[in-house]
Amino acid sequence: MSETIRVNRAFGEVVEGVAVVSEEGFSPRYDLDRWSGEISRPGHKLEGINIKDKILFFPTAKGGIAAGWAFYDIKHKGIAPKAFVFGVTNPVMVQGAVFANITITDGWSREPSEIIRTGDIVRVNPQEKTIELVRRGEGVA
Amino acid sequence: MILTAEEERMRRGEMGPAVRDAIELQIKVGEFWGAERFVPITNAHMMGDIEVMGEAGKGFLERVKEMGGQCRTMTSTNARCVDFSYAERLRQDPAEVGKEHQVIRFLRDLNVTTVDTCINYQTVYQPHQGEHVAWGDTGTVIYANSVFGARTNFEGGPVALAAAMTGRTPAYGFHLDEHRRGSFLVELDLDLDDYADWGAIGKLVGEPNQNYFSVPVFTGVKRTPTADELKHLGAALASYGSMAMFHMVGVTPEARTVEDAFHDRKPTHTMRITRADLDALYAGFKDDASDSNLFVFSAPQQSIYELKRLAELFAGRRVKPGTTVIVTTSHGVKAQAQPLGYIRTLQEAGVLILEGVCFYILQNLPQMRIENGWSKLVTNSAKLANIIKAHKFDPVLRRTQECVDAATLPGVQQ
Repeated sequence: MSETIRVNRAFGEVVEGVAVVSEEGFSPRYDLDRWSGEISRPGHKLEGINIKDKILFFPTAKGGIAAGWAFYDIKHKGIAPKAFVFGVTNPVMVQGAVFANITITDGWSREPSEIIRTGDIVRVNPQEKTIELVRRGEGVA
Repeated sequence: MILTAEEERMRRGEMGPAVRDAIELQIKVGEFWGAERFVPITNAHMMGDIEVMGEAGKGFLERVKEMGGQCRTMTSTNARCVDFSYAERLRQDPAEVGKEHQVIRFLRDLNVTTVDTCINYQTVYQPHQGEHVAWGDTGTVIYANSVFGARTNFEGGPVALAAAMTGRTPAYGFHLDEHRRGSFLVELDLDLDDYADWGAIGKLVGEPNQNYFSVPVFTGVKRTPTADELKHLGAALASYGSMAMFHMVGVTPEARTVEDAFHDRKPTHTMRITRADLDALYAGFKDDASDSNLFVFSAPQQSIYELKRLAELFAGRRVKPGTTVIVTTSHGVKAQAQPLGYIRTLQEAGVLILEGVCFYILQNLPQMRIENGWSKLVTNSAKLANIIKAHKFDPVLRRTQECVDAATLPGVQQ
């Protein structure tokens, strides 16, 4: 079995970076400290992890209209992730990512956790609609 | 996407650079979702405040203005992060307050009607069935789709502004019939009394079914719900479930019957909600409300009837010493409530009434929390109880009467 995930929809440039695989959904309004880039909501499965330059895997999108501006804001603050990979996303995540020019994908052919662990290096290719495991990491983000 | 001749002209920049950039952004978003065309819109509603948009977003607005950008569609603004009359009292950052002024100026220059409300659907504009709009703030979207039968997706600030400038939005998601059919069934087997109960249903249904494209179909509602009750249900479904539409059989316009709501789809599953589920939900907020020093009635802003009810509950009572009670509403509702005496009654009880804002987006809220020693937040809004956790508050959802009882000293009848 190849170490590739196919995605349904995708936007943005090809990016490579450290994966952070979350079991829980995400909202920049509910979960993120938009000044530090840290997942701040107490009890979030990724609490304390910084999203800067990461490739973030979330099963779902939560909330909110805020992403429309918030992604642009964090991009200009230099704390944006390299890509958002969603199992199921919502329009605002996409609108926000497109506006901020951050790579984003929706839908996956298999559970990312089957082949990718937090800390692994992965490549997201929106043109090919693929996500590849580049190499194993240390298991920490 | 297939573009009309006018859309092609927009794309070529013949209608100015601001419109060109706007339609380019919309095309990219439309293509992501597989939209084949645009649909004309009659109304846009956008989020634009300094707390969410930051310096970068403000700079963007300024550039759009300099490029000669103008909204060609009626466009309203959502709740913002500063009530200028209370900024000093709340110790909000004067520099950020100044920037909020600038944001409002830019928006007005872009031909935006800055009404600053998240209850535009109760107070500003009510689209009719089948009308396409481009609204932001999830609570406004779910109300428009479900209760009015109008058609909109969640539209974030920049794309709502783009839609306002081009007069159209890409036809995907809830603009299309196929996404408006019900996806699962919710049987309500209980009486719902308070706004908190309606919001709680939103949590019970939204949390385990988190999916933008999921459309719950409610049956079994025992009486005709009021607009405010549907508003709390919708706001909570959107908040916990990221949902943009629900049907309520016999209540909402696209659900005259169960078959009408589902069309040819089969429900993926059925949920049944009883009194025990609701009781367990309230019990899940373990803390006792009485030792809290913060009570908030917000998210969404209070309608005139919600304010009336609060005025009745607070009449003759006093907020406990060292306790803060905050109510947020729109400029329009506050102005209406003034001559009716609701504002005076609430202020005499010691309630702080903020206008044009929503609690969770207040500028400087994290510092405000620390300075005031706030930790536990008691509210009748299930949406607020969800969203406020990002600011490290410990929320407790309680029915309206219980909130008021816990916040006040017993009344002295005059």
